[in-house]
Amino acid sequence: MSETKPKTIFEKIWDAHVVKHADGYPDALFIDRHFIHEVTSPQAFDGLKKRSLQVFNTKRTTATADHNVPTKDQHLPIKEALSRHQVETLRKNCKEFGIELYDLGHPYQGIVHIIGPELGLTLPGMTIVCGDSHTSTHGAFGNIAFGIGTSEVEQVLATQCILQYKPKTMKIEINGALGKGVVSKDIILYIISKISASGATGFFVEYAGDAIRNLSMEARMTICNMSIEMGARGGLIAPDETTFDYIKGRKFAPQGEAFDKSVSEWKKLVSDSGAEYDQVLKFDAADIAPMITYGTNPGMGMKVTDRIPTTEEMKEISEQTSFKKSLEYMGVEPGSRLLGKAIDYVFIGSCTNARIEDLRAVASMVKGKKKAENVEVWVVPGSKQVQEQARKEGLDKIFEAAGFELRDSGCSACLGMNEDKIPAGKYCISTSNRNFEGRQGPKSRTFLASPLSAAAAAITGKVTDVRDLIPDPSPKEKGEETVWAKK
Amino acid sequence: MKDKFTVLKSTAVPISAENIDTDQIIPARFLKATTREGFGDNLFRDWRYDLIPGPSPKEKGVETPNKEFVLNNPIYGGKILVAGKNFGCGSSREHAAWAIYDYGFRVVVSSFFADIFKNNALNNAVLPVVVSDVFLKNLLETIQKNPSTEITVDLMNQEISYGNESQKFEINAYKRECLINGYDDIDYLLSLNKEIREFDVAHS
Repeated sequence: MSETKPKTIFEKIWDAHVVKHADGYPDALFIDRHFIHEVTSPQAFDGLKKRSLQVFNTKRTTATADHNVPTKDQHLPIKEALSRHQVETLRKNCKEFGIELYDLGHPYQGIVHIIGPELGLTLPGMTIVCGDSHTSTHGAFGNIAFGIGTSEVEQVLATQCILQYKPKTMKIEINGALGKGVVSKDIILYIISKISASGATGFFVEYAGDAIRNLSMEARMTICNMSIEMGARGGLIAPDETTFDYIKGRKFAPQGEAFDKSVSEWKKLVSDSGAEYDQVLKFDAADIAPMITYGTNPGMGMKVTDRIPTTEEMKEISEQTSFKKSLEYMGVEPGSRLLGKAIDYVFIGSCTNARIEDLRAVASMVKGKKKAENVEVWVVPGSKQVQEQARKEGLDKIFEAAGFELRDSGCSACLGMNEDKIPAGKYCISTSNRNFEGRQGPKSRTFLASPLSAAAAAITGKVTDVRDLIPDPSPKEKGEETVWAKK
Repeated sequence: MKDKFTVLKSTAVPISAENIDTDQIIPARFLKATTREGFGDNLFRDWRYDLIPGPSPKEKGVETPNKEFVLNNPIYGGKILVAGKNFGCGSSREHAAWAIYDYGFRVVVSSFFADIFKNNALNNAVLPVVVSDVFLKNLLETIQKNPSTEITVDLMNQEISYGNESQKFEINAYKRECLINGYDDIDYLLSLNKEIREFDVAHS
C-alpha cells in the first residue's frame, strides 16, 4: 500500500510542471503550449525587443489572427487601418522571432481555441496558456489551460514559464441523462446561473460525472470554454477513449507507436480515488432545460420557460442596484418572461460554439426551413477547416436556403472589436460566451443560448423553447442517437 | 523597472456597480493599439459617453459625455478607484489595467477581484486592495457623502485607512516585494534560465 497522498488530475499535471518551487514565491510553471493572436501579443513582443530577448523555444508557440479580422472577403487587405496594422504587426513579429503563424487565408487559420484542438496541438497532460480568457477551452482534453495577460505572454515567450500560485480545486459533478433539446451549452449556462459569475473565482474546476462522460469532445470544449464565466482559472475533464479517438491522426498529434505510448501515459491522468477537492458541487442533468440569459453577465441565466427574477428577490441593496441597471440596459422587465420576445439578430459562432458539430446541429434544425423575416442570421465558422468541412457536407446550402449568411472564420460578433457588431438597442441571440453591456457592439443586447436554441429563434424570429420544434422520436427511432441528443 | 509603491494618500472615485467586467473598463473596439500607452482616454468609455445611434446600423452615432457618470463629475478625483465586488471579471485583456493606470489610478479597492485582472494589475504597478463587504459599503458611502475624504493605502503595513476606520489587507509576500521595489516577474524567471532549459529538454 503506497503512502503517497491521492492527487487530483489537476495536481498531477501542475506538480509535473513546476520548474522551481520556493517558499514565499509563486511556482515557476513550465508551459508546454503557448498560443498567441494579434490583439494581446504586440506589447509582449515590444517588451522582448526592449530587453533584447529572444523567444525561448519557438516550437512551443503557435500564432493565428482571429479577434480583429473581418469575416467577409478575407482574401482582400483589411480595410480598417488600425486592424490592418495590428494584423501586420503580428506577421512582422512572427517572422522576426521565428514563430509559426496561421495567417488569414491559411487553411489552418481560425479562432485560437478552435484550431489548437483540431490540429492536435492541444493534448492531455499539457500546460497551455494564451492571452485570452477562453483558453480554458483546451481543458476539455485533460490539461491545465488558462488565460493570461500580456505581461505574462511576454514572460512565456521569453522563458517558457509563468509565475503562478496554485489555485484551489473544485469538482463539479453532473450525473443523469439530458432531456430533449438540452445540450452542453445549457449545462454550463445552468451551472453558472446556479453559482454566479464569480462562484468559482480562485478555483480550477474539474468537470466529472456521467453526463460529462457522455459528451463528445466538441461538446466538452463548450463546457470548459465557459469556466472563466464563473470566475474559474480554468476547467478540465479527465481524458478518456472519446478524447483519444478525437486526437488520433490529427496533424501535430503523436502518430503511430508514439501515439499508443502517449495514450498509455494519458490514461494515468485521472483523479485518484480519495483525492481531495477544496469544494465539490453536484448537479442532476434531469434538472437542466434549454437555457437563456436575460441580464448582463453570464450568471444571469434561466430556463427559457422561466420568468426573470424580481428586484425584491435580490438579497442585498447593492445587488438590487446592479440588477436594476442590468435589466434597464437589456430593456426587459423584472418578473417577466422572455419566451416569445422578438429578436433582431442571431449569431452562431465564437470559441464556445463554432465547431462542426455546432454547425451540424444548427443545420439539422433549419434544414428545409427559412429564417423569420425580422432577423438577420450570421453563421461564422470557428476555423477555415470547419468552414471547409461545412461546405463538404453541404451545410452551406442548407444555411443559404434558410437565408443565413455563412461567413469566413474568426471571433466575429462575439466581442464587438472587428467589423461584425450588433447595432445599438438591438437584440441578438448569440451562441457566444458573454452578454456584458456593449460586448457585441455599443448598446447591443445579448441573450446567450445554445446553437439549437439560436437556430430555433432564427426560424421563429423570437425567443423560443427549442423543444417545441423538435418532434418526439417515433417508436422505431427511440434509442437511436440523434444529433441534438449527442451534442 | 516599474513605479515603486509604498504608501499612497489620495482622495478616491467611487463606482458602486458590482461585476464590472473588463469590457466595461475598456471596450474591445479600443484594443487595436499595439503599444501600452493612451488607453486612459477610453477607460469606461461606454459609461462615460452616451451614444446616440446613427440613423442606420452602417452610420456612426454621436457621443456626448454622460454627466451622471462619476468620472465626469468634477467633485470626484484622485488616484484610488473604489468599486463594487467582482471587479475586473471577464476578458483577460491587460489593456484594462493599462487603461486604469494611464488614467491615473494606482489603487483599486473592492471586496472581490477576478483572478486574471488581479495579476494584470499587479504586473502594472496598480495595487488591488481587497476589503470586507462592510468596509467597502461604508467607504463608498463616505466618499459619496464627502468626496474630499482622504484615504491612505499603506503597502508596507498592509493597511487601508480613512477617518477613524482602518482595515488590514492581504497581498502575497512576493508580489508585495515586487511592488515596493518595482520588480517585474520576468526578472525572476530569467534568473531561472538554466533550470528551465533543462526542464524543456527533458520534456520534449
